[in-house]
Amino acid sequence: MEITVNGQTIKLDEPITIAQLLQRFGMEPVRVAVEKNRDIVPRKAYAQAAISPGDAIEIVTFVGGG
Amino acid sequence: MNNLASQELKIGPYSLKSRLIVGTGKYASLELMQQCHDASGSNCVTVAVRRERLVDKNSGRNILDFIDPKRYILLPNTAGCFNAEEVVRVARLGREMLTDSGYCGADWVKLECLGDTKTLLPEPVGTLEALKVLVKDGFQALVYCSDDVMLCKRLKEAGAAAIMPAGSPIGSGQGVLNPNAIRIILEELKQNDPNYPVIVDAGVGTASDVALAMELGIDGVLLNTAIAGAREPVAMAHAMRLATEAGRLAHVAGRIPRKLYATASSPWEGRVGA
Repeated sequence: MEITVNGQTIKLDEPITIAQLLQRFGMEPVRVAVEKNRDIVPRKAYAQAAISPGDAIEIVTFVGGG
Repeated sequence: MNNLASQELKIGPYSLKSRLIVGTGKYASLELMQQCHDASGSNCVTVAVRRERLVDKNSGRNILDFIDPKRYILLPNTAGCFNAEEVVRVARLGREMLTDSGYCGADWVKLECLGDTKTLLPEPVGTLEALKVLVKDGFQALVYCSDDVMLCKRLKEAGAAAIMPAGSPIGSGQGVLNPNAIRIILEELKQNDPNYPVIVDAGVGTASDVALAMELGIDGVLLNTAIAGAREPVAMAHAMRLATEAGRLAHVAGRIPRKLYATASSPWEGRVGA
């Protein structure tokens, strides 16, 4: 199946959760915030949040700014 | 004197030990940023929300690893947003990131809604629109805006936790271009509400700009480029700390009136040979 992560198309062999997606990218859950189809997924729900084909995922973090 | 020297500033849910709020952008390294934060004496730093990189994630270094949660309150901004919808989206992402993160700052946001990429001037209509949504959503919003007196009044009425007029355009280093507007804003917003926080955000070039703003009676100054872009950023961070404290003290102490003609400091009586 295909999903979009931060605007990039990503191919997945099998359905995964947000927690697994973060692990796959080597991202620490405590350092990011995640949206699925424009809705925020609370951090404690990552392990249960299943990703479906066509989902648009945004993963953000803090960077330097003024 | 102790009361006069107090540098504490209360904004929304937080009490800041220093009246200087500093940014985290544009530093040559995260180590340098950390040293500058230390030298600035600030205990509140701004951060921006951006997409995480899917590959090459800066070898695992996250900016938060260089900001001590026991020492600093984080102020997430909505920099780079050009309409109310983007502002609200980014503010909520920032809040989510800080929730149960070990850092303070989930309750508030620096609301920044810009007009275009060339001037980076705040867009007043989108700013007010976003503020109304964020206030309903429970945010304490510190609102970056232009130094328009009436706009600042409308933003306060709409529930802004603090008003942050720009001294001059972001990163321009032009200082406070219209001190008279700032004075009127202070008078209007603090009428019957003397503790309402008004902060100069953006435009600072050097320490005297900070001192001038503080002497006008501004409650605090938010700056980034003036430190990060200085030839010796750590020294400039220290200078900004001193300027903030000096300006605040001078404001509280009360300056003498300006006069056209001289007044002698030494007595006229008893001059030799008179």
